[in-house]
Amino acid sequence: MYHWDFYVVFQSFDLFLWGIWATFLYTVGSILIGGIVGLAAAFARLSRFAPLRIAARTYQEVFRCTPLLVQILWAYYALPLLVGYTISNTTAGLLMLSFYVGSFYAEIFRGGINAVDKGQTEAALAVGMSGLQNMRHIVLPQAVKKMMPAFINQSVIQVKNTSLLYAISIPELTYMTAVVNSETYRPLESFTLAGVMYFALLFPLTQFADVLERRMRRSD
Amino acid sequence: MDTTIDPAISVRQLNKRFGALHVLKDIDLDVMPGEVLGIIGPSGSGKSTLIRCMNMLEAPSSGTLSFKGRPVGRRFRSAAGDIGTGELRRRVGMVFQHFNLFPHLTVLQNVTKGPVVVLKQSAAEAEATAMALLAEVGLESKRDEYPAHLSGGQKQRVAIARALAMKPDVLLLDEVTSALDPELVGEVLNVIRRLAENGMTMVLVTHEMAFAADTASRLIFMEAGRIAETGSPDEVLHNPKSERLRSFLSRFHA
Repeated sequence: MYHWDFYVVFQSFDLFLWGIWATFLYTVGSILIGGIVGLAAAFARLSRFAPLRIAARTYQEVFRCTPLLVQILWAYYALPLLVGYTISNTTAGLLMLSFYVGSFYAEIFRGGINAVDKGQTEAALAVGMSGLQNMRHIVLPQAVKKMMPAFINQSVIQVKNTSLLYAISIPELTYMTAVVNSETYRPLESFTLAGVMYFALLFPLTQFADVLERRMRRSD
Repeated sequence: MDTTIDPAISVRQLNKRFGALHVLKDIDLDVMPGEVLGIIGPSGSGKSTLIRCMNMLEAPSSGTLSFKGRPVGRRFRSAAGDIGTGELRRRVGMVFQHFNLFPHLTVLQNVTKGPVVVLKQSAAEAEATAMALLAEVGLESKRDEYPAHLSGGQKQRVAIARALAMKPDVLLLDEVTSALDPELVGEVLNVIRRLAENGMTMVLVTHEMAFAADTASRLIFMEAGRIAETGSPDEVLHNPKSERLRSFLSRFHA
């Protein structure tokens, strides 16, 4: 029978905390940047200008149809050979996480905007609003509500995806756990604790998404 | 000296195609200030498309549209000589068959949104106007409700107040009672009747023949994308010249 001993692992608790902090920073950073990239891509795809639509679609498909781990490794090890200067693991990691989540956000945003009834836009234009005013005052407020559950879902996945940064030695939670493991030789305790921490971080979020979705269905 | 009055809306040789479908064919039509123009005709005859061309929600494939003598351009902004679609729509209100109220806004906000965003009115000014209009359509007490909690007839009355809040010169009404339960039609028609009595210039696409008869000052009958007959309600409804109009009307006298 295995003898659990969390004591040695808890002695390195500060490493876990640093790991959670980094995980949090990379998540928030990539959600912000990815949100902007995704919004731009969503509008590009809704544009009447075909080259813009094609460019946005290409971006989306490239990032959606390749594994994030490959993207991260490529940006860190391969991209520097192309551009001729080194790229820090921070930059490579944050960039790829952002573009990856942005490609999914774009689809969520586009879907939310398209889900708003065309009659809404007609009514807004009919009182003399410009396309931009219609977007800002009429379409987006309704679209945001519709896209919120999917957006939270994707963001939950994003928290977990930061663990892939382990591969380029970014000291997020998974990397720090590996460090603790190599110092304590307690893999069961270390990785179990890491799992519990991810769970404690994400479970409230998924519950929140559920509540939001239920409330939305009721108000329809 | 030129003393003729410019039509509020003037349509010349207007054609509209959706791909291979030729929906409007060489339409010539003037809407004079103070006039209540009723448009009747079978479904698919182009009535709704015509009224939607009058505020450029549909862009004509060819032909011209003028507002008070000024040609309407394709761009949002008005330019030298041309009136832009933005200004046109500010001054030509529209009420839709399916209301299209903004579901994320209260009744009051639905009415004030246009004046605040488009006319840059202050919130207080817009609210004062909106409350007066809501009182006119009998919905003051609903000011803080969301559209989801209103009946169809109430929604349509809010939609009329929303259009009127822009103080339009012309009001376009596109089958505004077609989506309503029969018992709710009357309350909406009463509001429109009162607008007509107050001299509001209106174009209304309708299936309510009795209402068209006593409210419209002129009726046009559309058939297959053309204006087939035009005249006073009495002429059009009781002395139809064409066989088509006769058979169309016979369906309403059952």
